[in-house]
Amino acid sequence: MKFGVVVFPGSNCDHDTYHVISKVIGQPVEFIWHRQTSVNDCDAVLLPGGFSYGDYLRTGAIARFSPVMSAVKEFAANGGKVMGICNGFQILCEAGLLPGALMRNANLKFVCQHINMRVETTDTPFTALCQKGQVLSVPIAHGDGNYFCDTATLEELKGDNRIVFRYSNANGALTEGANPNGSLENIAGIVNRERNVMGLMPHPERASEELLGSNDGRIIFSSLAATLADLAKAS
Amino acid sequence: MSEPAITPDSIRSHGLSDEEYQRIIELLGRQPTFTELGIFSVMWSEHCSYKSSRVHLKRLPTTGECVLQGPGENAGIVDIGGGMAAAFKIESHNHPSFIEPYQGAATGVGGILRDIFTMGARPVAAMNSLHFGLLAATPNAAPEERATIARNRSIMSGVVKGVGDYGNSFGVPTIGGEVRFADCYSRNPLVNAFTLGIVRHNEIFYGKATGVGNPVIYVGAKTGRDGIHGATMASEEFDDASQAKRPTVQVGDPFLEKLLLEACLEAMRDGAIVGIQDMGAAGLTSSACEMGARAGNGIEIDVDLVPQRETGMTAYEMMLSESQERMLIVAAKGREREVIEVFKKWELDAVVIGRVTDDQRLRVKQGNQIVADIPNEALTEAAPKYNRPLKKPDFIGEIASIEQVEKSVAELDATFMRLLAAPNIASKEWVYRQYDHMVRTNTIVLPGSDAAVIRVKEKRRALAMTLDSNARYCEADPRVGVQLVIAEACRNLIVGGARPLALTNCLNFASPERPEVMWQFSETIDGMKEACEVFNTPVTGGNVSFYNETEGRGIHPTPVIGMVGVVADAKHITTQWFKSANCAIVLLGKTANDLGASEYALATQSTTNDQPNRLGNAPPLDLQLEKRVQEACLQIIQAGLVESAHDCSDGGLAVALAECAFSSYKREAIGCEVNLEGELSQAALLFAETPARIIVSAAKENLEKIFEIAREQNIAATVIGRTGGENIKIAVKGEVIINRPTTEVESAWRKVLPQSLEEASMIAAEQR
Amino acid sequence: MKAKIYVTLKPSVLDPQGKAIHHAVETIGYTGIADVRQGKFFEVTLDESLTVEAARAHIERMAQDVLTNPVIEDCRVELET
Repeated sequence: MKFGVVVFPGSNCDHDTYHVISKVIGQPVEFIWHRQTSVNDCDAVLLPGGFSYGDYLRTGAIARFSPVMSAVKEFAANGGKVMGICNGFQILCEAGLLPGALMRNANLKFVCQHINMRVETTDTPFTALCQKGQVLSVPIAHGDGNYFCDTATLEELKGDNRIVFRYSNANGALTEGANPNGSLENIAGIVNRERNVMGLMPHPERASEELLGSNDGRIIFSSLAATLADLAKAS
Repeated sequence: MSEPAITPDSIRSHGLSDEEYQRIIELLGRQPTFTELGIFSVMWSEHCSYKSSRVHLKRLPTTGECVLQGPGENAGIVDIGGGMAAAFKIESHNHPSFIEPYQGAATGVGGILRDIFTMGARPVAAMNSLHFGLLAATPNAAPEERATIARNRSIMSGVVKGVGDYGNSFGVPTIGGEVRFADCYSRNPLVNAFTLGIVRHNEIFYGKATGVGNPVIYVGAKTGRDGIHGATMASEEFDDASQAKRPTVQVGDPFLEKLLLEACLEAMRDGAIVGIQDMGAAGLTSSACEMGARAGNGIEIDVDLVPQRETGMTAYEMMLSESQERMLIVAAKGREREVIEVFKKWELDAVVIGRVTDDQRLRVKQGNQIVADIPNEALTEAAPKYNRPLKKPDFIGEIASIEQVEKSVAELDATFMRLLAAPNIASKEWVYRQYDHMVRTNTIVLPGSDAAVIRVKEKRRALAMTLDSNARYCEADPRVGVQLVIAEACRNLIVGGARPLALTNCLNFASPERPEVMWQFSETIDGMKEACEVFNTPVTGGNVSFYNETEGRGIHPTPVIGMVGVVADAKHITTQWFKSANCAIVLLGKTANDLGASEYALATQSTTNDQPNRLGNAPPLDLQLEKRVQEACLQIIQAGLVESAHDCSDGGLAVALAECAFSSYKREAIGCEVNLEGELSQAALLFAETPARIIVSAAKENLEKIFEIAREQNIAATVIGRTGGENIKIAVKGEVIINRPTTEVESAWRKVLPQSLEEASMIAAEQR
Repeated sequence: MKAKIYVTLKPSVLDPQGKAIHHAVETIGYTGIADVRQGKFFEVTLDESLTVEAARAHIERMAQDVLTNPVIEDCRVELET
């Protein structure tokens, strides 16, 4: 199996994501330059955090026009696994691969801190090894993580069990105080209808090694690796 | 294009004295052109030439076993073992941050980042030392004071947002630093930005224009009219007219800087780059003449080739522009295409604008016309150097002594709560939450403990770093003051499990034209020299910022120390927080009657007056004792004998104990029960800021080994209590003085800054 | 030829910046302000060779495709000929 980490101009968690896949999960990984028109032979594509194109127009708004995004769309349409972290999530929303938008944090400030998020569904390639209701301590670092969508979309997300993570307190309760950015219904991460494209605001790659304080985020990468291994075995 | 004539007015408006102008004529052997006048004015400004400080700075120790590069380059470099090196430096951006807090702070961060990656080092950690005026008005404050407070809050909000937005977007973690407050910073805020980068020994780059005939390449952002005369602005006192200087403030583009970083590192790896330097203060002028001077060569450029953002720019404007995110590169002859290709890949301009010459001159052409032709030496070594008069300020020697003012237990308890809410002591979470302190996934110790610690991914070792200052000590006694600051910086690293290696300094002072200020500066240098020698921490570079003075009112002398150390093994990393109940709390070192110039003195003497003569003298410092306490602490940590270690400084033992007890990530608060014994007053035992003290907590079975190490180092080690319980309970000579739930004390400590700043930050946010 | 493009949050979307500005101006003492909504403004200079109709079509498409996120924002285009 092979992972690809897309590098947009302004990506700044590309090395961190690469490090986790290669050193912590121990799987092959390569960078995919944003001008590439294919995702090569990668089995999963990760869109890392950062400030692609400075986030100058809107977060992720310009990155979606990068040549590689056509390839990512095609890859996703064929069932390829795609995960967007932070700015990657914002890009997936802008590109229409995920519904909704990430707006300015309700308190208008950039927020960097550890948060808790509750696993809402294990029926995704990204949470297959998690327990439903499991609480993960993972950092956030963003100024625009306030998830918004219209009521119809929200109902659809709920009906299809497509909300993957919600901000919670350490005991898994969905309190207002546990919501760091004003996101609708404490939403921290969602999947698409086909369940192969996920976006989340928190940074699991920053919580994958005990030395850094938490390795709760590792299970997301392990789940994805395990899913890919199963798929490889089946084919 | 013809150059304007030079008049006495234009000489004065360039900040040059008549003597300095005469000297220019002597050095050139003719009248300068207008462009040359501009070039001289920026290169001879205090900011670039260090004309008032050079005679003193040379007394500092700058060499040592670990030093690979001392002062004189874009940043200092130290060996951190295993073939790796750390490049680090601190720089001020005080004046621009007063005029436009957001952009001033942002471009300050941008400038220091470039100083680091121009050495070939990828920036992996940033910190900053910020000083602001007070955030809370006194009861019944006059409208004028209320306006000052409102302005201070808005400056702080803008600066913090500027620092955060730039570093966050660039992708460097801002892992620590300090934020301090005093009235004297109201119109003179200090923004000192520090960056550290990692580089392999054999991949270090220098700002040298070697190889006659090599092409000189301009890369990065296009040149506009921004920041023209920024360097001379930073060398003048402020008055109301400086508000009108707003257009000279530069605007930062962190996205472009990120591209510049990646492109520079990639081009360096390819081996086509010979020398590289960023265009900071005095832009193209300083980079061209300094790169030439360092290599003993000259540089000739044609400004018509410079990428321009605006139309109709003159040679003068292009040479003096301080547009951000630009670099000057000397490439190996014949390989310029390779360099240009790399920058093109990153969508950046890269243009050959000149070549290296053998004549040791800076020659500027505009098409066929030569508009400046100056020997490098005239702009660097031969720049004016002043040995300005020194005078000891009158108040020194007339300093009051500080004694306990409280008459009851309740009053002492109230003082404790007041100290925890004092702005210098209160939690700075409001600030560092706005900084991405985890990007690059190296941050082991998050902001909030004594020193920030990052891992070096390739190695088992880790790097610890801290920024420290204490202007109150330095105002009372600049020589001892700076030694106390250096001692504390070393102590902060030691308690984190690191051995201090070297330091960078940012020397913020008022006008050097006042003999009292120059005396303070000179004393600071002497004190620093002595302390650096004792701690074996050479100075690898830094920055001097004079003229932090508005309408005749200057700042306290504020030397800021950035200390870097190595943790030999990541398992030695220690934080300040108690980890479990029923541990013994041990005080290494001994408290003395040191209430002078302390947070206690500030809180109890007079709320509005921070004049040093009212606040008492700085605590005396025995450098040798300090060294022994630190050595003992490091041995104790390396032997794995303690669960926590915390420096005891601002607010004394009582405050330090509370800080150990407060909650932190994945850790509930843990209370403590302590009894302090001694001949001193209750206030002194609780709040004195005696240096050379460290609080550790340890399992009881480790105590004997701890005492043994203390005996070997000939220092005091006293069990003062134990960890555990809900409360912070502190008794003096058996009488309980403080007994409060830890959570209550913690929330008082946490809420101070958010309460003062929430409103101001909302206003700052919407202006962006 | 110049085009001015105004991008604003949809009326149904909460605007925390607008609310903060509203609160701030009230604090400073401006009375009678019922609501504040903030947005973005773009000024685009167009190639003179384009016809007015072509320019308008061009700009309206760009405003909708690139400058606006239709999930949360509306836009309005003004063409100055």
